[in-house]
Amino acid sequence: MIETFQEFFRSVADHHPTWNFIFFYEERQWNKVIGGLWVTIKLSLACVLFSVLIGIAGAAMQGAHNRFVRYLVAGYIQFFRNTPPVVQLLFFYFALGRFTPTYSPDGWLELPIISNVGWAIVSLSFFAGAFNVEIFRAGVEAVPRSTQEAASALGFRRLQIYSHVVLPLAFRVSLPALNNNLVNLVKTTTQAFVIAVPELLYQSVTIWNDFPSAQNPMMAVLFLSYLGLVGILVFGMNRWERSIRIPGYGG
Amino acid sequence: MIKLLKFLLAPVTGLAVASAASAECTNDTWNKVMDRGKLVVGVKADYKPWGYRDTDGNIIGMEADMAADVARTMGVELEMVAVQSSNRMQFLEQGKIDLMIATMSDRADRREIVGIVGPNYYTSGTNVLAPAAIGLKEWQELNGKPVCGKQGAFYNQIVEERYGAEIVAFVGNAEAKQALRDKKCIAWVYDDSSIMADLSSGEWDGFEMPLATEDDNPWGLAVPKDEENCIFGRFMSGMQYNWHRNGTLVGLESKWGIQSTQYLVNQKERFKDWLAD
Repeated sequence: MIETFQEFFRSVADHHPTWNFIFFYEERQWNKVIGGLWVTIKLSLACVLFSVLIGIAGAAMQGAHNRFVRYLVAGYIQFFRNTPPVVQLLFFYFALGRFTPTYSPDGWLELPIISNVGWAIVSLSFFAGAFNVEIFRAGVEAVPRSTQEAASALGFRRLQIYSHVVLPLAFRVSLPALNNNLVNLVKTTTQAFVIAVPELLYQSVTIWNDFPSAQNPMMAVLFLSYLGLVGILVFGMNRWERSIRIPGYGG
Repeated sequence: MIKLLKFLLAPVTGLAVASAASAECTNDTWNKVMDRGKLVVGVKADYKPWGYRDTDGNIIGMEADMAADVARTMGVELEMVAVQSSNRMQFLEQGKIDLMIATMSDRADRREIVGIVGPNYYTSGTNVLAPAAIGLKEWQELNGKPVCGKQGAFYNQIVEERYGAEIVAFVGNAEAKQALRDKKCIAWVYDDSSIMADLSSGEWDGFEMPLATEDDNPWGLAVPKDEENCIFGRFMSGMQYNWHRNGTLVGLESKWGIQSTQYLVNQKERFKDWLAD
């Protein structure tokens, strides 16, 4: 069965020089596609997780009494939201990468503790996190003042109000916008290409550089993979949104 | 299963057959260039000294000079567009450029996509730029080590498969070389001619090109695939023939400080005018 499948795609490649589905019959290229997809998935999961945590923490700090904490968050947002993610990736990897501790396996190499994958996670999480802070702020501001006063009257401390009353309600308001930003984040992981993170785009470009005839099939793989990945994310987010819906709250 | 796949791919196959059938010369690109009086050439902008930017941002270099000579001969204006190894063939396929002279190695699978016409104007092989401190002697020593490369170079895969190096491929030369300087890889695998130019620039003290050059491969310029055997392709063959014959390429090589290659000397001899003394 597999042989006939491979044989078929070999013959397609023989007859149509621009439709060489090489990854279906050459194990090396297949491993590149699967490896790239796996790195993309890990990168996406890590960035989604950290960017949401950054968003929650940032939105909490925006409401802090300390003026400097508020300025710090404002500065962070301005920097990471208003500069291109590619520039941030290059800056983190090449500029900041020089100041991090390194180890040397052979006496000459100085491999940074934080690899290019590590920097991609840091950089992209901070980038998306800046948007998430603003998204959660919108949600926090939508929680009625009276609700917070009621919680305060019941003896909740400030942090308790935030974690037990404001955040759960704010989350429900924020979810649609958060959903959008996370979809964008998953797609932005392709930009880790510039610091040679072996994710799906990097591997696809490598394959079609080695085999120019495989460009159209690799484009198709890219489109379908991202449609699938983003589809799963959106499906999950929508289910979550429905499952935590409070009837009568937030429309 | 096969039937189903054939059915699914039928529209694709139909298209491919249709485009292969139209082998007659329409000379679309050639006529377009002549009509608008401007030739758009894709050249490198990060590959010193073949194509790079001067301090004013203009693209200069050996291939830029060649492009200028083509435009002069055709009697049209020249516009140069910076291309990269990973997009140069696509730019030509999509008509964003009319002609590509971009340090491209002439490979069989590339000839199926763009119209590479002979005689090849240059040749280079694969080597590495590595710190002298490591004292590399054999390609085998790259096994399992991170080696910086450039997206789009055909020998990345060869070095990976033959010697087990772990290629970390960047989009541009600058990033890859910076990674080498930052000691993120033990070597930078690239064309020997470019590495020689780097070493002679004086910016790479303490580095060397220690290995035996491998996979010597001629370079090819390209016209759109449809024009390969039409006016444009034939014309570019003639341009290259004359560049070899009258010593233009040898002259450009020394003008741009490129170490003289035996290949160009041989080609000049091969195409020399039998009536000339």
